[in-house]
Amino acid sequence: MKIVVNGAVREIGSSPTTSLLFVLREELGVTGPKAGCQQGGCGACTVLIDGSPRRSCLLPVGYLDGAEITTVEGLGTPMSLAPVQQAFVHHYAAQCGFCTSGFLLAAQAYLDRGGTDDREAIIEALGGHVCRCTGYVKIIEAVAAAARGDTFDLTTTAPGKYTTVAGGAR
Amino acid sequence: MTAIPDVKPAAGEVVIPTSAEEAVEAFGDGSGVTLVGGGTIVLADMNYGRIAPSRVVLLGRAGLAGIARDRSQVTIGAGTSVQDLIGLAAPLGPCAANVADIEIRLQGTVGGNLCAGAGGEVPRGDLQGAFLALGATARSAGDDGIGTEPLEEFLTRRDERLLLDVSFEEPAAGAFASLSRPHTHDYTALAVSGVRTPGGELRLAATGVGSWGQRLPSAEAAAADPEQAGRAALGDVDLRDDALASAWYREHTLPILVQRVLVRLEEAT
Repeated sequence: MKIVVNGAVREIGSSPTTSLLFVLREELGVTGPKAGCQQGGCGACTVLIDGSPRRSCLLPVGYLDGAEITTVEGLGTPMSLAPVQQAFVHHYAAQCGFCTSGFLLAAQAYLDRGGTDDREAIIEALGGHVCRCTGYVKIIEAVAAAARGDTFDLTTTAPGKYTTVAGGAR
Repeated sequence: MTAIPDVKPAAGEVVIPTSAEEAVEAFGDGSGVTLVGGGTIVLADMNYGRIAPSRVVLLGRAGLAGIARDRSQVTIGAGTSVQDLIGLAAPLGPCAANVADIEIRLQGTVGGNLCAGAGGEVPRGDLQGAFLALGATARSAGDDGIGTEPLEEFLTRRDERLLLDVSFEEPAAGAFASLSRPHTHDYTALAVSGVRTPGGELRLAATGVGSWGQRLPSAEAAAADPEQAGRAALGDVDLRDDALASAWYREHTLPILVQRVLVRLEEAT
């Protein structure tokens, strides 16, 4: 079977009951999705399946023949961050970073379905994600900023490392 | 510190039916078959090596999803995601919204939720109470072919059956009340669903009062007085301690949830 990972068609050899997380990390070497609890409880493995957020640790890859999978590697690049990634940088929404890719994809899915900067709605949308550094306040602020369409000059936030993407290009 | 589990692809036979008929055939009499709906329960067990199924039927492409209406009769396919129930009227809509988070709800299915095993430390089956209050019937397949029976009967033998869909009559009014969850990941510690049928019958059912959901007939009989009905509900259940709540806590909160549901039903009627 084949899946499309961040735009690239990949042939899969694992058993259909293998979790997508295992396939991504161990078979394909795509390590953005993190193996946290591996029972659906932490959100660190979250990816987008045809644009819809899912826990890759709980998803049998046999369901995904032909599916388009977006991991954090497909959200933006270091020199061309997605707006939600820019917001995370600007608002210091990552500490150790282990949970960040899952949060980013859940946040992207929230924004894609028209999510606003309403705090309660953001908390509901990110409710399945755990940050053991407990950096939730900054994460919620970042998602709210992205929902408002705030723009950032990351040359002052993180000098020399990032450039700002104009116009909210993904 | 808990060691990271050694995740390995499962061996064994895997069948991915692409129609309900193929799913029924693949299930057969059910012996030795592990069913996977959305995967939110079974995959976790496989990831940790708690189960190593020899024959797995992946139901996600069997065409069992969908919500159909025929006049006042609602039929929900076993493969329907929990998220797809949220737009439905109480008690089912708010009951579904109380399950996990959006990513799990998009993946978890009605069939998986209703048929999940009792669980090691906590009761599973968040939706059971709502469907029992709705007086749902279950259509399922097994060694004696395809048949339909009340959900209460189906739940007692759900390990031996392949659930195809559940049906109920649209209620005249419905209500749902639950304990707040400490976190989205927790199963429902205690919840009460209530329904008033178009014919005026009242049904109450609870989740979190035992191994699976159950009706509260004593509370139904005393429903004219919500406070008394709340106390009567305690006679219908055998409360236990588990990882989510103690029997003591449930004993003190079940009557309140019953009262809330009856008051909301009265308001909705």
